[in-house]
Amino acid sequence: MIVFKLPLTVFILFMGASLWGKTIEVCSSCKVKSIKEGVALATDFDTLLVKKGTYREFNIVIDKPLTLMGEEFPVIDGEDQGEIITITSDNVTVDGLFIINVGTSYTSDYAAIRVVKSKNFLIQNVVLEKLFFGIYLEKSQNGRVYHNNIVGDAVEEFNSGNGIQLWYCQNIEVDQNIVQHVRDGIYLEFSDNITIKNNTSSNNVRYGLHFMFSNDDIYENNHFENNGAGVAVMFSKKIRMLNNVFRKNWGTASFGLLLKEINDAEISGNTFEENTIGINIEGSNRIAYENNGFIKNGWAIKVRGACYTNSFRNNNFLYNSFDISYNSKLNDNVFEKNYWSNYTGYDLDKDGIGDVPYRPVKLFSYIVNRTPETIVLLRSLFMDIIDFSEKVSPVFTPDNLLDAMPLMKKSE
Amino acid sequence: MIQIDSLHKNFGKNQVLSNLDLEIHGGGIFAVLGPNGSGKTTLIKSILGMVVPNKGSITVLDKRIKKNWKYRQEIDYLPQIANFPGNLRVKELIRMIKDLRQKESKELELIKLFGLEPYLDKKLGTLSGGTKQKVNIVLTFMFDSPLIILDEPTTGLDPASLIKLKQLILQEKNRGKTILITTHIMQFVEEMADEIVYLLEGNIYFKGSVEQLMTKTKQTDFEHAIAAISTQTADA
Amino acid sequence: MPLRLYQHKQLMLKILKYSFYDLMRSRWSYVYFLFYLALGFVLLFLNNDLSKAVITLMNVIIVLVPLISTIFGVMYFYNSKEFTELLLAQPLKRSSIFLGQYLGVASSLTMSLIFGLGIPFVLYGLFRSDTIWDFSLLLITGAFLTLIFTALAFNIALSNENKIKGFGYAVLLWLFLAVIYDGLFLLSLIVFEDYPLDSYSLVATMFNPIDLSRTLILLKLDISALLGYTGAVFKSFFGTNLGLLVSIAMLLIWTILPIWRLAYKSKRKDF
Repeated sequence: MIVFKLPLTVFILFMGASLWGKTIEVCSSCKVKSIKEGVALATDFDTLLVKKGTYREFNIVIDKPLTLMGEEFPVIDGEDQGEIITITSDNVTVDGLFIINVGTSYTSDYAAIRVVKSKNFLIQNVVLEKLFFGIYLEKSQNGRVYHNNIVGDAVEEFNSGNGIQLWYCQNIEVDQNIVQHVRDGIYLEFSDNITIKNNTSSNNVRYGLHFMFSNDDIYENNHFENNGAGVAVMFSKKIRMLNNVFRKNWGTASFGLLLKEINDAEISGNTFEENTIGINIEGSNRIAYENNGFIKNGWAIKVRGACYTNSFRNNNFLYNSFDISYNSKLNDNVFEKNYWSNYTGYDLDKDGIGDVPYRPVKLFSYIVNRTPETIVLLRSLFMDIIDFSEKVSPVFTPDNLLDAMPLMKKSE
Repeated sequence: MIQIDSLHKNFGKNQVLSNLDLEIHGGGIFAVLGPNGSGKTTLIKSILGMVVPNKGSITVLDKRIKKNWKYRQEIDYLPQIANFPGNLRVKELIRMIKDLRQKESKELELIKLFGLEPYLDKKLGTLSGGTKQKVNIVLTFMFDSPLIILDEPTTGLDPASLIKLKQLILQEKNRGKTILITTHIMQFVEEMADEIVYLLEGNIYFKGSVEQLMTKTKQTDFEHAIAAISTQTADA
Repeated sequence: MPLRLYQHKQLMLKILKYSFYDLMRSRWSYVYFLFYLALGFVLLFLNNDLSKAVITLMNVIIVLVPLISTIFGVMYFYNSKEFTELLLAQPLKRSSIFLGQYLGVASSLTMSLIFGLGIPFVLYGLFRSDTIWDFSLLLITGAFLTLIFTALAFNIALSNENKIKGFGYAVLLWLFLAVIYDGLFLLSLIVFEDYPLDSYSLVATMFNPIDLSRTLILLKLDISALLGYTGAVFKSFFGTNLGLLVSIAMLLIWTILPIWRLAYKSKRKDF
């Protein structure tokens, strides 16, 4: 509660001190009985204080700079009729509401809260349930989506929407939200300079976080767990991915992180744990992977297609079934000073770096790529013998794909 | 005591016992003799249930032995080669056999008789052949069973122990027991046996007393009499 | 319990006890015990990491335990021929003798394994780590493999009077199940890769106790990789408890069958 109160107080002081708006109370026994009514009555920079209760309303359009503030989480029940709140004005704040029953449609993307072509908005402390789309930001700038809890009940992709969606947006901060059981937890399309941090996105039908055609964004300290297909970053440039956790994304087409046509990104300090594939990389270039931990994944890194000039340094590869899988004989990527738990070499000169190079690609991973059922032979002595012979004289794996300086101890 | 009817046993193509009948009534020493490969050991092992016959029946103390194991409670057996589990101590082996049979035993007396006291704490693997045989004898005679089967009991024994063994056998005989012995020492047979069972090619060629044998072969000397049986067969 | 069965069990336990004592005194069980003790300490010393040591051990155990159990089983059987004959003349049931001896060998091997590996890991702080389940699985798998391969070894020895032949067959059996089987298995998968193979590959796993144990280990260590495969049969096998249950059931069958054959054959054998 303390965490909750402090920003609220600051906010109220801020609003009170600078804007001098009046407060309109909304409740069943008040003069103003519905939010729509309140909006209509309000003038710019007023505050609508919505008291505890249930308000069966939808298509609430906020077309002037207002603060819509809930007291003890009033429920706004859209009764599956359509969109619930649409913000079309700049400087709007929505705070402390419990919004349920957004209408589902195959033609319109109804959202619990939609922000259209607006600036300087703040959406915080909102709880969304039984939704189609959650918070939908469209062509908006300089806003903040903070500390919201979005819990959907999505089962299939085709009839569900995204938790937080950004479309043609700039300079938005998405912070400390929890998004669960929707299609994509957080979805970005054509959105630049976005910061996504401290969010938890889990149990979503498709992706925990999904980038399309978005550049110069950063996401950090987020937790992604058990999403249908993990996190996907596609067709984007200069994305920084820092200190996130990607866990337990299991399945045929599941990965901690999918990179497709990504250039000049930075991926560091992340943890990839118990995913079928830690990172799946396709056509991505000039990416620096540093200080990441890959723990108990099926494949820590799967490289498909053309990937050039990437570098992997100071990462920890711990107990993965396969460290790296490659599908070509060409290698233009650098592996250096990583720690590999599967490394069996020695360090006679005691400089902390193994004296024999480590080859992270096993022949067996090629066999599994070709005939997937052979996975049941993992850890068989026969396979170890084959892998060993390949190690001694590489025939199928790229000759130069090795870590010439494997660390003897985990990189901190 | 023992009744064997039309016993057949073959190991692969090798017919060892063919249609053997034998009846041994209680009391006395029976020497089972015969040339090598005549089926002595197989016969004894059949009685003990160690060899499973192809055909025929064996009754010991009025019990059919097929699929039965408790009748062995009434048999004391001295096996031919006394190789015991090397890591056990003599004392432990004796205790183990007692434990398995749960029968009254007089091992102390026998240990004293054969002077085995110094060896009780020794591991069986370290004992000489003769000492092992003495342990073997103790294990056999320490129980009081109506039927005693001895397979080459004299192996490795020094003369003094041999005399003690003979006394022991006679003593048991006098207590009315049935004793089956196989041996190559003819002198031992002549001295001890009340009756001879002579096996040849898997069947009983002769059964009777030493005197009857000598009469039959018209020999005055026992060793010659035995030799004569063998030659008669060879001629036949 | 009927009296006869009770007696049978009592006598079998006695033989188990004496075989066990006998083995506990033999040099070989110490060698085996010390070997595991050394292996445990060396791995922990080299890796300096419990979970890494456990993973390395799992790879080692599924190959080594069968080899040692087979050789040890055959060796014990031949070496205790006289002991067996001594027992055969006693009022004992055949199956009590052989099952007793078998259980004596198998339990002494299992104890060597459990203590040999257990001591270094416990000293290293096993109980304070989360690898305890992996380690328990390791020991359970090791125990199963010991039971199975000792029983197979006893069967081989029982059916072969000739020691050299018996040893030969035992080593061949190990080589076949540990290496050759998987080679043929892989070959068949690659040759028929155009056909749906998931049921086949699971069934083929069932026919080899080493592969079965490997599957148990895969379920623990490599579940992330296993779930990357599309087949529905795979998914229900590895994705639910089905895989664990089926593997353990099959391992039980693999244990019971050779023991049953041992009891059956021993009744009909001449000594």
